[in-house]
Amino acid sequence: MADISKFDLVIIGSGPGGYVAAIRAAQLGMNVAIVERSLPLGGTCLNIGCIPSKALLDSSELFQKTRDELGAHGISTGKVTLDLGTMMKRKAAVVEKLTSGVSSLMKLNKIQVFEGTGSVTATGRVSVKDSTGGTVDLAAGHIILATGSVPVELPFLKYDGKTVVSSTEALAFDKVPETLAIVGAGAIGLELGSVWNRLGSKVTFVELMPSILPGWDTQLSKTLVRELKKQGMEFHLSARVTGFEKQAKGNGILLAEGEKGEKIQVPAEKVLVAVGRRPSSDGLGLEALSIHRDDRSGRIVVNERYETSVPGIYAIGDLIHGPMLAHKAEDEGIASVELIAGIHGHVNYGVIPGVVYTWPEAATVGRSEESLKAEGIPYRKGSFPFGINGRAIAMDATAGFVKILAHERTDRILGVHIVGPWASDLISEAVIAMEFSASAEDLARTVHAHPTLSEVTREAALAVDGRAIHSK
Amino acid sequence: MAQEVTVPSVGESISNGILATWLKQDGDLVAQGEEIFELETDKATMAVPSPAAGILRITIPAETEVSIGQVVARLEEGKAPAAAGSSVRDANSGAESKANGANDGKRAAEPVAVEGRILDDLAPAVRRLVSENRLDPASIKGTGKDGRITKEDVLSAMQAAASQTIPTQSSVRGTADSATASPPAGATRSASTAAAGKAGERRVPMTNFRKRIAENLVNAKQGAAHLTTFNEVDMSEVMALRKKYRDEFEKKHGVRLGFMSFFIKASELALSDFPEANAFIDGTDIVYHDYCNIGVAVSTERGLITPVIRNVESLGFADIERQIISFGKRAQEKRLSPDELMGGTFTITNGGVFGSMLSTPIPNPPQSAILGMHSIQDRPVALDGQVVIRPIMYVALTYDHRILDGREAIGFLKKVKTLIEDPALMLLNL
Repeated sequence: MADISKFDLVIIGSGPGGYVAAIRAAQLGMNVAIVERSLPLGGTCLNIGCIPSKALLDSSELFQKTRDELGAHGISTGKVTLDLGTMMKRKAAVVEKLTSGVSSLMKLNKIQVFEGTGSVTATGRVSVKDSTGGTVDLAAGHIILATGSVPVELPFLKYDGKTVVSSTEALAFDKVPETLAIVGAGAIGLELGSVWNRLGSKVTFVELMPSILPGWDTQLSKTLVRELKKQGMEFHLSARVTGFEKQAKGNGILLAEGEKGEKIQVPAEKVLVAVGRRPSSDGLGLEALSIHRDDRSGRIVVNERYETSVPGIYAIGDLIHGPMLAHKAEDEGIASVELIAGIHGHVNYGVIPGVVYTWPEAATVGRSEESLKAEGIPYRKGSFPFGINGRAIAMDATAGFVKILAHERTDRILGVHIVGPWASDLISEAVIAMEFSASAEDLARTVHAHPTLSEVTREAALAVDGRAIHSK
Repeated sequence: MAQEVTVPSVGESISNGILATWLKQDGDLVAQGEEIFELETDKATMAVPSPAAGILRITIPAETEVSIGQVVARLEEGKAPAAAGSSVRDANSGAESKANGANDGKRAAEPVAVEGRILDDLAPAVRRLVSENRLDPASIKGTGKDGRITKEDVLSAMQAAASQTIPTQSSVRGTADSATASPPAGATRSASTAAAGKAGERRVPMTNFRKRIAENLVNAKQGAAHLTTFNEVDMSEVMALRKKYRDEFEKKHGVRLGFMSFFIKASELALSDFPEANAFIDGTDIVYHDYCNIGVAVSTERGLITPVIRNVESLGFADIERQIISFGKRAQEKRLSPDELMGGTFTITNGGVFGSMLSTPIPNPPQSAILGMHSIQDRPVALDGQVVIRPIMYVALTYDHRILDGREAIGFLKKVKTLIEDPALMLLNL
């Protein structure tokens, strides 16, 4: 009954880490199989993460702009109404386009797809259990674990799928909640909060740390929170959730305690808990094989070749160290496969950008001012606001700035932080510059098209040397 | 998927050199670790192994000046040589190698490794610094991606140039005695055609190695006040000792007992009595050393080089002999690293192997002295009123009179003589 198929590489998980690794391996001539617990392919990112959230962010932004901002352009409409069902359908169509794209890529690269829950039964052996209970056994020269992560649940505020929800449900509400409380003001919380705020919810955040986006450059997070407040969102920072009270009318109240012990009550028809994600490594057979995991974080421990404590078994993406980002998983997928193939493979962790798709967007790469100060690294900084940039003014998107941190002595760019329109794309220039060990002067001496938002980056580079053209 | 072959880093202070010869041909299939080209720096010549297996595609011709980190070839995958290679052989000149590679339109279809670095390939900030300060990018070591020069590299190079006052220690020197084999290498390696001069004349450009030797010797002579003092050594005791214990020594230590170890040990003991001979002049200071790093001159076909035996004071005879043999062997195979040629505090040279009876060697700056050994000849000597035949070696000590007075120099040489003539004294540290 158990059929043994032999592969050079078996990958468990078809998210950005897994499917990209599969394609790279196929390019290098390997015979590859990929195992996905629940189709469609594409993992969290494509199905319940990056992609659907971006679709809703764009849809909701259109709604909000149409409702509030067309007048200034001399455009008038009738009453602007929302059909959430259609918006969700469009989101599903976007997701479907991409997941079927991944499917096509698998076929194109002759990668075999197995649907079912994969687990490692022995070195070089993966067992796939499908929904009917049948198993398929795969023999693998190498195994890559790429099962990603799941939302962290608060023990005193467990998910019930209706009132207390994770990002998955918050991407699919069937109606716009009147009030939405969000626990955790990281990227996921801020993005989903922005969506529902634009669609009409009253959104309130409760965040444990003193700033939103904990760990990011504080000037950046201060500027962003100011803009989000202007959009009507409320923030309780340095506040701890203490409980949730259900009410007779179906709405609840989220209870929290402030810094000085003051009691906070947030009316909440729904509560989104977005306090972080943890590696999804249960059921993979790791304990039986003694694959080491970090006790605190649960991440699988790997060496610089992405190999776990068991030779021949590798792990990438959200399962292992580093930021839980799709592009990081993709690059690790490529690098681990290249290393397995015996050629050069490398991920430069110092230049992995992070992006938040609020509006204005926020993006960062490299070191924050706080981390440089903490290590005593001498630096200079140059900042420039979008407010006096021609393109931004024409676009009516003047909030935010670009800040560049460069080494005091060598002028090498150490970090770039952006709040503003299309920060998600503007950050690429900084990533490339840092990958090539460029100095702020190199950016400053490079032509930037006019009028573009990228000129703000150029002026910030000039400002490192105190000689921005369009400001003092 | 071509992999690049770059010029490896070969020492802290070295930023460029000459790609002297290709040991493999364009299109050859090379194995990982197989030696594929020879890199000549002004410290040493070494054979560089291939970083991976593949088809060699040469992009920088031989006899070209290259920078550390510069791409000189590519390795293509596959067993058969691919049709569309990226090899460019500059058939015109072997000598000109600097900046003009891209200008003569060789960059037509495929990106080709450019010989040297030209302004266009530099980062904007680097361009500015280089032109403002009239720097030569080819002389700046690049630490950026793929060996590119970063702004930091230029700033570091400028700072290093500004703070440099002492000439770097050269490990290349030659004796004034013409008995050392004059290298014919210079004549055979030059790629440029010899200009047709007068009949009966042949003009050959100096190799880089020879140029550096010439430069260093002249600097040595001009910077110091050299004098040579002589003495003679009766080698009979050492020879008897060798004869008596030679086999046992070789059996136990796996290496032959030569004369050099005796002279090295004797020198080390003499240096502790006369520390000025182990010291350097630095500006207006004298720098003494608590250790003895003794260089031993080795002749190679390209010229004389001096690998250094470190911390002689803590080595035994067997260790010293082993190192000497290793140096000699690797010098011939061009596998000495520049670090092994640096850091010496004193040098010994032996012209005797070529038959020299007496000579005036030149110290290796910034060293203050050099001991010259010569051939051993049976000579009639007077001993207790009788004429006897003894094996005699003349020894010479050339010293820098700025730091060593005649009394000390003579004393040093006498000490060496005394120790060699009665080796038991070395044992008892007398």
